[in-house]
Amino acid sequence: MDQNNSPVSFEHIAMQFGKNVVHRDISINVNQGEVVTIMGPSGTGKTLLLKMIIGLLNPTAGKVSVFGKSVGDAGQEELEGIRAQIGMLFQGAALFDSLSVYENIAYSLRERFHLGEAAIAEIVKEKLRMVNLSGTESKFPSQLSGGQKKRIGLARALASSPRVMLFDEPTTGLDPTSVRLIDDLILNLKHELNITSIVVTHDIESAKRVSDRWILINNGLVVADGEPHALLAENKYVNAFATGNWDE
Amino acid sequence: MNSVIKNKVIAPVGEFGIMTVHVMRDIFRREVRARDLFKQVVLIGNNSLLIVFLTNIFTGMVMALQTAYGLQRFGAKLYVGNIVSLAQVRELGPVLTAIMLCGRVGAGIAAEVASMVVTEQVDAIKALGANPIRKLVSPRVLAAMIVVPLMTVLADLIGIAGGALVATLELNITWHTYVRSVVTFVTIKDVFDGLIKAGVFGFLLVSVACYKGLHARGGTEGVGMATTEAVVTGSILILVSDFFLTKLLLMF
Repeated sequence: MDQNNSPVSFEHIAMQFGKNVVHRDISINVNQGEVVTIMGPSGTGKTLLLKMIIGLLNPTAGKVSVFGKSVGDAGQEELEGIRAQIGMLFQGAALFDSLSVYENIAYSLRERFHLGEAAIAEIVKEKLRMVNLSGTESKFPSQLSGGQKKRIGLARALASSPRVMLFDEPTTGLDPTSVRLIDDLILNLKHELNITSIVVTHDIESAKRVSDRWILINNGLVVADGEPHALLAENKYVNAFATGNWDE
Repeated sequence: MNSVIKNKVIAPVGEFGIMTVHVMRDIFRREVRARDLFKQVVLIGNNSLLIVFLTNIFTGMVMALQTAYGLQRFGAKLYVGNIVSLAQVRELGPVLTAIMLCGRVGAGIAAEVASMVVTEQVDAIKALGANPIRKLVSPRVLAAMIVVPLMTVLADLIGIAGGALVATLELNITWHTYVRSVVTFVTIKDVFDGLIKAGVFGFLLVSVACYKGLHARGGTEGVGMATTEAVVTGSILILVSDFFLTKLLLMF
């Protein structure tokens, strides 16, 4: 696929906060329908890369593009157009505490589209069914478990039918059943809707299950990029990271 | 030194200015949703009634006692109502109400917004296609600019009533004399000057709280710092701006 039209591409990204250099030179090209998992030790700026994709953060140098459009150069309206194509599941789900589950999922539908209440209700119901949490519409985030919050966060991200999904530590702190459910959802998005997913995780087992491709970041550089099983067999960095023998 | 001034003074003032421009644009273009505004008006009003009542009734009572103590040296105790009411509507009502709301409402708003920042809810608002200033800041600022003057009217009445209580029960001034001294002495302009101040204070206390909340960093510690800074900065700004507003309003 032409890099200019790929769902997400990072070109020579550098990022630093004061004297703290996080990224030196990161270039990644994500293909349509791929599930790409970004891994690396804590503090290597994996979540920062996700935030750059939706324009929450601009790199110090380099370019992030979504479907060929530069995120950093986008005006407010164009940025809004880019964000409308992307759904993000935040690490702590980031549900709005003061809103019910229904209102959380309906949020982007009200902000972006002028849909009638019946259409909104139908979409909310469908997304709740997808995450296996039908009947929780009237609950508030404080009444949900960690796993349920993540699944509602996923339902909210999927409500506006994104073409790209970003997952920030989707399975961290969840019980095995919830992990399996989220993994299956990521795979279903790929197989049924051809949605491109970028996953940031430390959960190696989950990464093995869902990923087409692994990217390992260390010291601000991409140190491994390829098919998971091949990397595990051949790449010393990936092998050390996956087996818990990483020497920082 | 230059970078300290840039980071600690120029950058925050610039960011606060930009936020203010966005808020004013939302307000004048009527982009604030009635539902969001109504919710904030109710929250700010409900949370403040009791402290506004307590603060102002006792301040009015103390004012009456203190002014009577001074005035009786000149045999002018009957003027207690004039002084209490003028001080209340021009100064004490708006300033005390704003300072109390800064502690009560400003702290609450800063903590709420800061918590939303550290739990990535503000990022989620952006990711879901909404504008955090329009959703979080503009309704709260507009609500405060409506509620603080209304609270000030209430505070004025309660403070004057407190003074009346002391005047009639302690100072042997008749109710009729007290009320007459208030009504004949305080002008509509005095009341409106106080309400203009209250509107400005409402804007300051909530916009500072929102600004501090939106710039919170570093987890729960950041939430605490943002809350403290919102109350301290808001209170100082209220007192400093009070002087300049008073000078300005006395020119007209």
